[in-house]
Amino acid sequence: MKFTLSWLKNHLETEKSLEEITDTLTAIGLEVENVDDRSAFSSFVIAKVLTAEKHPDADKLQVLNVDTGEGKPIQIVCGALNARADLIGVFAPLGAYVPGLDTTLVVRKIRGIKSFGMMCSERELLLSNEHKGIIDLPTDAPIGMPFAAYAGLDDPVIDINLTPNRSDCASVYGIARDLAAAGIGTLKEIGAPSIINQAEKTSVKIELEFNGAESLCLGFAWRVIKDIKNGPAPKWMQQRLTAIGLHPINALVDITNYLTFDLGRPLHVFDADKINSNLTVRPGRTGERLKALNGKEYVLSSRNCVVADVDGAISIAGIIGGEKTGCDQKTKNIIIESALWNPDSIARTGRELGIISDARYRFERGVDPDFMLPGLEFATQMVLDICGGKSTEAEVIGFEPSAMRKIQFPFSEIKRLTSLDMPEDKIRTILNNLGFKVAGKSKTVIVTVPRWRPDVSEKADLVEEIMRIYGVGRIEPQPLENDLTAQNRILTPLQINIRNARRALACRGMLEVITWSFISEKTAYIFGGGKPELKLANPIASDMSDMRPSLLPGLIKAIQRNVDLGFSDLAFFEVSDIYEGDTPEKQRCVAGGVRRHTEGLGGSGRFWNGNATAVDVFDVKADAITVLEACGIAGDKLQIESTAPSWYHPGRSGVIMLGLRVILGYFGELHPETLEALDIHSPLFGFEVFIDAVPTAEKKATRTRVPLVLSSFQKVTRDFAFVVNKNVTAARIIRAAAEADKKLIQSVQVFDLFEERNLGTTKKSIAIEVSIQPVERTLTNEDLEILSKKIIDNIIKTSGGYLRK
Amino acid sequence: MKNIETFEQEIRNAIDAADTIEALEAVRIVVLGKKGTISEKLKSLGSMSAEMRKTAGPLLNSLKKQINKLLIEKRDQLKKTALGVQLAYEKVDVTLPVRQTPAERGRIHPISQVIDEITTIFSDMRFTIATGPDIETDYYNFTALNFPEGHPAREMHDTFFLNSDGRRERKLLRTHTSPVQIRTMKKQKPPIRIVILGKAYRMDSDTTHAPMFHQIEGLVIDKTATIANMMWILERFCKIFFELSSVKMRFRPSFFPFTEPSMEVDIQYDRSGVDVKFSEGKDWLEILGCGMVHPNVLRNCSLDPEEYQGFAWGMGIDRIAMLKYGMPDLRAFFDADIRWLKHYGFRPLDIPTLFGGLSS
Repeated sequence: MKFTLSWLKNHLETEKSLEEITDTLTAIGLEVENVDDRSAFSSFVIAKVLTAEKHPDADKLQVLNVDTGEGKPIQIVCGALNARADLIGVFAPLGAYVPGLDTTLVVRKIRGIKSFGMMCSERELLLSNEHKGIIDLPTDAPIGMPFAAYAGLDDPVIDINLTPNRSDCASVYGIARDLAAAGIGTLKEIGAPSIINQAEKTSVKIELEFNGAESLCLGFAWRVIKDIKNGPAPKWMQQRLTAIGLHPINALVDITNYLTFDLGRPLHVFDADKINSNLTVRPGRTGERLKALNGKEYVLSSRNCVVADVDGAISIAGIIGGEKTGCDQKTKNIIIESALWNPDSIARTGRELGIISDARYRFERGVDPDFMLPGLEFATQMVLDICGGKSTEAEVIGFEPSAMRKIQFPFSEIKRLTSLDMPEDKIRTILNNLGFKVAGKSKTVIVTVPRWRPDVSEKADLVEEIMRIYGVGRIEPQPLENDLTAQNRILTPLQINIRNARRALACRGMLEVITWSFISEKTAYIFGGGKPELKLANPIASDMSDMRPSLLPGLIKAIQRNVDLGFSDLAFFEVSDIYEGDTPEKQRCVAGGVRRHTEGLGGSGRFWNGNATAVDVFDVKADAITVLEACGIAGDKLQIESTAPSWYHPGRSGVIMLGLRVILGYFGELHPETLEALDIHSPLFGFEVFIDAVPTAEKKATRTRVPLVLSSFQKVTRDFAFVVNKNVTAARIIRAAAEADKKLIQSVQVFDLFEERNLGTTKKSIAIEVSIQPVERTLTNEDLEILSKKIIDNIIKTSGGYLRK
Repeated sequence: MKNIETFEQEIRNAIDAADTIEALEAVRIVVLGKKGTISEKLKSLGSMSAEMRKTAGPLLNSLKKQINKLLIEKRDQLKKTALGVQLAYEKVDVTLPVRQTPAERGRIHPISQVIDEITTIFSDMRFTIATGPDIETDYYNFTALNFPEGHPAREMHDTFFLNSDGRRERKLLRTHTSPVQIRTMKKQKPPIRIVILGKAYRMDSDTTHAPMFHQIEGLVIDKTATIANMMWILERFCKIFFELSSVKMRFRPSFFPFTEPSMEVDIQYDRSGVDVKFSEGKDWLEILGCGMVHPNVLRNCSLDPEEYQGFAWGMGIDRIAMLKYGMPDLRAFFDADIRWLKHYGFRPLDIPTLFGGLSS
């Protein structure tokens, strides 16, 4: 919402400075977005052309001597056709910034003759599109006067960011009322003019035709004015409209625009001679077309409300008029419309048809219903004043004044919500100044809400009104006392696990990324997604259409973008959500990561003491287990199965299980087909850990740890190597060894693994180191022999292999 | 016994001349070995007269002692020299680089870091952290939050909707984290003191808007919470978060469907230089919206607005991260450019704490 300072002062008697006014506007909730003090115009002055002679070396140029009101005349070279001696126009001196040219003027030599400034056209000053010639002012324009002051361009323009609830301030008058309530001057009362009716009835009849359906028109006032003369609007009106960014068109159009902004009353004027028959207000007809005043044609439906004559719609009610019945210089007789429309219908129609107009803006937020008729009177008076003519009687249909809203308001409510301790009379004054009526003498009063405040409906709304006018800045911040009896663990176990997972993965040299929650449909299918209920109806881009079933697609894409930038060794992770369905419990929390090329734990690429080797499935297995360990699960509680989902390499991937039921995650090399489908040309290794599947540890009664029992006998180790079938897992061999004597065997470590032709193509050799911790006594050689035999026997039994000698 | 002095001198010369441990050992064998010159002489004592023995015995024994001592000294010296040579040979170029430790290479995304910073600040004020689903219903995202029917935010050009198969309610991607307010109020009796962190989605994309972004919201519901308490919390938060000794904030009335009274909060800053400086200059920067929870919202959660009251606030995590750490473009947060991640990311051991002043 834009307006100028002088316009505001039309309604507000004030001596306050511009800064005080704008500060107050922001403080009372009418946030000032911009103040244009119009200093851009300050360097232009009114000047008179003394002489104009043809440029000796150019047919279309003239050399002018210009009197700018001070000192000796200035020589300029000018190409304007209308430049002539005695013309009074607008001069831009050297150093002036000419907005229409986006140039700061310097001395120029044009075909050998120096030019020390320029005479400007309206377009060069961004006043209009007029560029046929330089500005030609009346002969009485005072030479040397700043042009801005002469033309009213020195009037600061204030732009406020109006919140959608404040339709009452979509008018300069409404803003003045708020400012007056806040102590910035006195509101000048406006009484509606009383039109002297010529006893003549309005010749045009209007009917509402909604055939039993809810009427989208809540009142329609109109009148005919005859024999008017439609020329340009007065200069002051044109200046104000121009200042707020509107283009003056003709007096009738400008009057309606002016009243829209001045009093918040949108109006429409039809050229009565272009209307065929009486008018009907009705829903649009399916397929009905209307060419609007903006030059565009709209196809209407029964969801829209129109004003129509027998030939069809002549305006889209409350939004925009039709071109056919618009007013022009030849218009003689008019119908002025001042109506009330259903705000929801206006909003819907505006949105559906994509029309943004000042009328729509006000109607969809709510205009003052009581001002419908006075608005018509104001418009009539202005037309009579500016265009002359004869008014007929005003008519109104479909209007029923609604009951005034009343709120029972205890003054204590202000303190309850804001802590402000306000004197009662101050509260009453503020409410009264804003147009509310306060009835009652007790601590609880009945407040009647003015009809221009559709946004105020209960106590809290009144508290806001009083608070914003009294001053939010007067509220003293008060500490919120800590409730120390609250639980001592702030984060939930899941939240703690998420934090730990992030830090643990970053500690493994990985970089955390955040990727979009939506991915392409194709990728979603590859990773087990693509469910219909997880597809966006209105994606912002085609590759952001499906809620992701996995973090891997986003990570892989992120990796590829960096590969395209020339980076090859990469390790990214993300801890975020995936979507298995559209219900809250189907949103899963996952830690996922992808490693590429040589970006392993120890560092990547070549190095003087040893080059990094290519990452493999065990790097991402370690990542996954690190996450689980960071979430409090001991690594030895986990089982690894080899049945990972289809997007992994079937022979180089695993599932991490807790018991037989709980899947904690997957890891492995990405399936070559997955990579091919994503247009990736080198191996990638990834993992996914379902953090939300990690069981919450039961809270123990004590934090005391189990006593530590230390053996004083020396630890012994024994090595064994077996040749087994390739499909015998290391886990089986480790378990078989450990189970030989659970008491004595402390750990089993695989320290060598190889496959060699002489072992046979289906065999592998696996070597283990068994740590034995005697508990009760030192073990004798015989003891160790017995234990070793048991280990060997156990392994041979489970693996079907043999001991290598 | 004149020749014993010569004898001694010869031995001393031999020891002096020995320049390796092996040569010294050879000298020792020649002198003190079983058949060594001193040993032989000592053996000859037995065949001497008692008188001669009386003088020669002590002399020879003392000589043996001295030579022994000399040999040990020389041995130590030679060992030291040899070690010196060996150590000099073993010298390495210690300027050769070492691999960086993984914890130094890894990075935490600024969003996660700021989430941890926020958690740190509010946990100190006894707030718990609440989260909720990204896929929401119209009811939780709009209706319960007092958005009127036909509000522009409910339209397709603002909000992402999921396909509806006709039978069920059409779901949407939450446009703010506020549905979690409703979910919390519906299941937890006041007093409520929560901070909500999470993702939100809107159809927007430019340097300061992304179709997915992160929000932090706060909600306090009890029987006494006022705007004055809210101001205190927000000032405290801004001061600690932006790590300022003082912060100048401006609360100005505004409008949100779910709060009444509503306010927007600006923070004073200076943008004249390269860096943004807070609490200086004359510009105001909007950083958050807040207000007293609208009575209709309380009613929708079966709380009586005559009995319970409270306030809520919300801001963009991405936005305050950009302000604090100076990233110019929001979209880069989701681009995963390794250079950006390394530059703007945080080392995993940079864990925000209040005792450490939040960031290092």
